[in-house]
Amino acid sequence: MSVSNMRPEGLVFGLAALVLLPFSGVAGEDFGLGVTPTPEQIAGWDKDVRPDGVGLPPGRGTAAEGEPLYLEKCAVCHGEFGEGIDRWPVLAGGFDTLKHQWPEGRPEKTVGSYWPYSSTLFDYIWRAMPFPEPKSLTPDEVYAIAAYVLYLNDIVGYDEELNQDNFAKIAMPNRDGFVPDTRPDVPVGGEPCMKDCPVDTTIIGRAAPLQVTPEDKKEPAVD
Amino acid sequence: MSREKREGGGLLLPRRQFVRTVAGSAAMLAGSLAGAGTARAANPDNLPPNEPEWAKALGPGVDATPYGMPVSYEAHVVRRWVPWLTASSESSVNFTPLQDLHGFVTPNGLCFERHHGGRAEIDPADHRLIIHGLVERPIMLTVDDLKRMPSESHFYFCECAANSGMEWRSAQLNSVQFTHGMVHCAQYTGVSLRTLLDYVGLKPNAKWVLAEGADAAAMTRSIPIEKALDDCMVAYGQNGEALRAEQGYPIRLVVPGFEANMWVKWLRRLEIGDQPWYTREETSKYTDLLPDGKARLFTWVMEAKSVVTFPCPEKPLNGPGYYTIRGLAWSGYGRIKRVDVSVDGGRNWQTAKLVEPVLPKCLTRFELPWRWNGEGALVVSRAIDETGYVQPTMYELQKVRGVESIYHNNGQQVWEVKPSGEVENVRLKYAS
Repeated sequence: MSVSNMRPEGLVFGLAALVLLPFSGVAGEDFGLGVTPTPEQIAGWDKDVRPDGVGLPPGRGTAAEGEPLYLEKCAVCHGEFGEGIDRWPVLAGGFDTLKHQWPEGRPEKTVGSYWPYSSTLFDYIWRAMPFPEPKSLTPDEVYAIAAYVLYLNDIVGYDEELNQDNFAKIAMPNRDGFVPDTRPDVPVGGEPCMKDCPVDTTIIGRAAPLQVTPEDKKEPAVD
Repeated sequence: MSREKREGGGLLLPRRQFVRTVAGSAAMLAGSLAGAGTARAANPDNLPPNEPEWAKALGPGVDATPYGMPVSYEAHVVRRWVPWLTASSESSVNFTPLQDLHGFVTPNGLCFERHHGGRAEIDPADHRLIIHGLVERPIMLTVDDLKRMPSESHFYFCECAANSGMEWRSAQLNSVQFTHGMVHCAQYTGVSLRTLLDYVGLKPNAKWVLAEGADAAAMTRSIPIEKALDDCMVAYGQNGEALRAEQGYPIRLVVPGFEANMWVKWLRRLEIGDQPWYTREETSKYTDLLPDGKARLFTWVMEAKSVVTFPCPEKPLNGPGYYTIRGLAWSGYGRIKRVDVSVDGGRNWQTAKLVEPVLPKCLTRFELPWRWNGEGALVVSRAIDETGYVQPTMYELQKVRGVESIYHNNGQQVWEVKPSGEVENVRLKYAS
């Protein structure tokens, strides 16, 4: 920071920041660049929703109201029952599959079986769905469609109203299914073997002969 | 068309892609073959003692291509994608052609693309960055405002968390471009995020930053404030020019060493909060499912990894003799300290030469001379970073994580060199 370049108000701001900014540590340069956004400008883009419900807009909806909207706007990709068409994401079911491992089985990670927070469902539909027309839904439509997706997973009733006050309180089945990052999780440090190492170099897999049909949903999906 | 004739070269596309594209994509197939690295039939008229044709006629003038393009003989060096991998091209990925790159910098047009709602093409005059939330004064900046601030330039690798994600179960894709091509390395230029956060002034309870993109997917990720104040950047430049649209023009977030999904492109908003948001991309996706049914959350760092880029399935050997084994290594924890290479599947190792410069959180090129005797070989590399972490075998990774965690596969990659010189992606047993 160059104090000589700062205007007096910048110096005052800088000193205040020095007291108030334990994390950034130093006061910032007062560039005098940019403008203060209006509350309306911030609100127009600030649509994120947190697990504690902060960010949920006023509104309401039921699965019954969401069903026709879902069938019109969502089912073409996600399927009438959330089963997923082609490689599009599966939204429903998959309970008790998270321990499944190839080749005996495979995990089916859906809103019901995997997602820890209902808030994420609202947040994502509101900002990014439907896929070809993101940000086109009203809050009531988002509540209704989200309710229908939760209904497909037997998490809410068909006529149960979801709204700003109760949406974030919905208990998601896999709420406790997540753990912190504990990597490194493989042997670390020490001098690795350089000579006559005891490894079995038998080839047990080859890429070239594989003939997997992608539509069978046996491959991990990128979406 | 004599230049298109070839002496050899096998079918190098992954079988499944070949099955799907053989009928309609002869050009792509030819492109892949052209990248095979085997000797091409030369035109003897251009060889000594004759004067070659380009020595006897003028070439195009200086301004024939105002923005220069690679020479036609390198036209096969392009990004490629696997159509069946995703439901649509708008939410999909393509891959960097690592087998054709030199040094450690990825040219801008070859950096892999990962979009979740298609590529936004943004007029910078219509773009704004809003920083708000737990700050002393919210701010709205133009791209020009950012360019008036002090800049930094740093080389960093950028790797998708799902790079090598198809290889968890076994060897799957017979191509280094497809097994490891979701990584690139570039010099990023922009404003330190710390500079911006100091400018707006963080409130004492500021713990997390939500970064949001302006694209159709409105990509959002929660970033811990410690990282935001460490080495993150809001970048507008990449390798000396403006960001490409597919890399987030006009501005993107740079989060060195962390998974690429957090490098939010088309950045339009930074909200400061006291807890994470648990967005779709940090819960439903980009979490690592383990065999006990639990999933790791917030697995940000890309651990040390390496891959041999020559030889590889796209670059077979052309008869016994002298070769230089080459590859790339990187670590989200800092510098690469050492890379070992084995040609017998990991029984015996030699330490490769690291090609300067060796920079933190950056691709590092390694080389090892090799006299190939023409017999079958199993070529594999392992990286060691400055923390002492040794890149694990796939066996070691699978023992802990199973085969369904999709993300953060940094296991050692084994290539089988056959007596014919062809190279195949294989999986070894290692132990029983």
